[in-house]
Amino acid sequence: MENVAEAQKSLREIKTRGEFLERFLKISLGFWALFAGLLFPILAGLILLYEARLAIEEFGFIHFLTYTNWDPVREDFGAATMIFGTVVSTILSMLIAAPVAIGIAIFITELAPNWFKPIVSTAVELLAAIPSIIYGLWGFFILAPIMATKVEPWLQDKLGDVPLIGKLFQGAPTGVDVLTTSLVLSIMIIPFMAAVVRDAFNMVPPIMKESAYGLGATKWEVIRKVVIPYTASGIAGGLILSAGRALGETMAVTFLAGNRPEIPKSLLAPFTTITVALANQFTEADTDVYLSALYYVGLLLYLVSFTMLGIAKFMVLRLEKRWKT
Amino acid sequence: MKKVLLATAVFSGAVLALEITGAGATFVFPIMSKWAFEYNKETGHKVNYQSIGSGGGIRQAINRTVDYGATDGPLTPEDVEKHKLLQFPVVIGADVMAYNIPEIGNTVLNMDPKAVCDIYMGKITKWNDPYLQQLNPNVKLPDRPIVVVHRSDGSGTTWIFTNWLSKTCPEWREKVGYGTSVKWPTGVGAKGNEGVTNYVKRSQGGIGYVEYIYAKQNNLPVARIKNREGNFVEPNVRTMQEAAKNAKWDKSKHFYEVLTDQPGKDAYPITGATFVLIPKDQPERAKKANVFFKWVFEKGDKYAQQLEYIPMPENVKKLIFEYWKEHGVAP
Repeated sequence: MENVAEAQKSLREIKTRGEFLERFLKISLGFWALFAGLLFPILAGLILLYEARLAIEEFGFIHFLTYTNWDPVREDFGAATMIFGTVVSTILSMLIAAPVAIGIAIFITELAPNWFKPIVSTAVELLAAIPSIIYGLWGFFILAPIMATKVEPWLQDKLGDVPLIGKLFQGAPTGVDVLTTSLVLSIMIIPFMAAVVRDAFNMVPPIMKESAYGLGATKWEVIRKVVIPYTASGIAGGLILSAGRALGETMAVTFLAGNRPEIPKSLLAPFTTITVALANQFTEADTDVYLSALYYVGLLLYLVSFTMLGIAKFMVLRLEKRWKT
Repeated sequence: MKKVLLATAVFSGAVLALEITGAGATFVFPIMSKWAFEYNKETGHKVNYQSIGSGGGIRQAINRTVDYGATDGPLTPEDVEKHKLLQFPVVIGADVMAYNIPEIGNTVLNMDPKAVCDIYMGKITKWNDPYLQQLNPNVKLPDRPIVVVHRSDGSGTTWIFTNWLSKTCPEWREKVGYGTSVKWPTGVGAKGNEGVTNYVKRSQGGIGYVEYIYAKQNNLPVARIKNREGNFVEPNVRTMQEAAKNAKWDKSKHFYEVLTDQPGKDAYPITGATFVLIPKDQPERAKKANVFFKWVFEKGDKYAQQLEYIPMPENVKKLIFEYWKEHGVAP
């Protein structure tokens, strides 16, 4: 009798211990998730806001956003040139990278012979492992001279007189400009994009593809009408991740942007981005307003990334909904 | 027994060794590290210098997070007083105009403030501009566009260059001004002295201002610059020291003096100095830093010269020692 009672007691203990452990895990993991996912971004935003208060008071919001002057000597600051540079270089690099990355993913999942798949996969993934400073140095020393002496004069020759498009290729080709920067950025984001899109393609249930083939579809039709629509949200996800990387990329861009706080008039003009301005000027910002203006620019980058990722997430949700119905 | 001895040696070493921390200008980082290394070898004391930039150096010195700060542009006497600091120069450097014109190779060109100013304002755009040609009657300058290169990052090198232009070119003073970074009317920005050097090296028709040592190491030709006495002066150790010697160093103004455009027949006009800031209200800390700087002034010259920096002239060193005594921070 006693034994039974004891056994029951220890069983209860074990149970409560288990419950305790479970609760402890729930609370601590929840705390970390909350901290990393919610609290940390909010804190970072608040600190940026606090440090930028001087510049916010001085320049306001709309004015700072649309003003194109950046003059540290006269302490007269506006962030329009940097925001423009960031957004344009990101969009351009996405335009170059997206078709290539999707093409790579299609090749790996649908077209390549089985023994060849892992080779291409690994090669593309290795691209992602190269540190960005290497891309910057390579771009500056190898690619920029080629762009300046061969590619850009050729582009000017062929496209310079075409109405509208020709305007994008005016000015002396220097190799450090919007075009070269976007090109290098696109090479940097292709592996991310390709990896995510490839994983999405692999998720397509074989039975769907097989039934399409069974109905007499060609390979191209299967890819276009089954694989891509089925994975639209996955593709969008890959694009978003890569956009995040392109937005925040600093080192490579510093080498290639030409660092001119001006709205570039053509693809061959030097420009600057938010991260480049921060990296270049933070250490030597010697007055309070100057430093505060840089924090303000950082805050804007925070907002720009948030909005861009927000819009992208919204698009994914809509796509998913549409696919389900 | 050996172990015990070793332990005591290590222990006593740890007790005796002073550790000095400094932060600031990137320009002096190579020589600061060299000095710190030799000083450590000789005395066992440690100096830890972080090259975070002049702006950061000033801020950390004001916040007292370091024992000394280093900056390329001096603080005004009022600022030094306001933040209860002391300031003195430690080493001299200069900006040179390096260029790359394949047609003339290593021929040394003459330039005056107006020529450099107009190039950087974007008014002179070709190397065979009549104004440049008239300054160099014996050189046949080519019909080649000028590629103007400047620093993209904030820098003491830029401070010295733009300060000199502001002093000598009214249009520059009015439209651009001077600082560690400015709103450039024209040109392409490259990161760091090495960035500008490389950019000039690989663009035909390029011109850029860089720290003396970088042009020298890369074998780029550098221009003779017209000083205020009207002489075209080549940058070298002698002409830079000449600029420092003739400057009116004033202890009561905390050595606030900019070495650009100094008088003197042979003074190189785009010269500057790096200044050290120490806390006046914490004499023990200041003294600790000054033990190091006394050693630098007495024994550090040869290391500076090895790295192509210019040591302070003897008369200025004497002034600095007096300055320390006056404020009770002599080591």
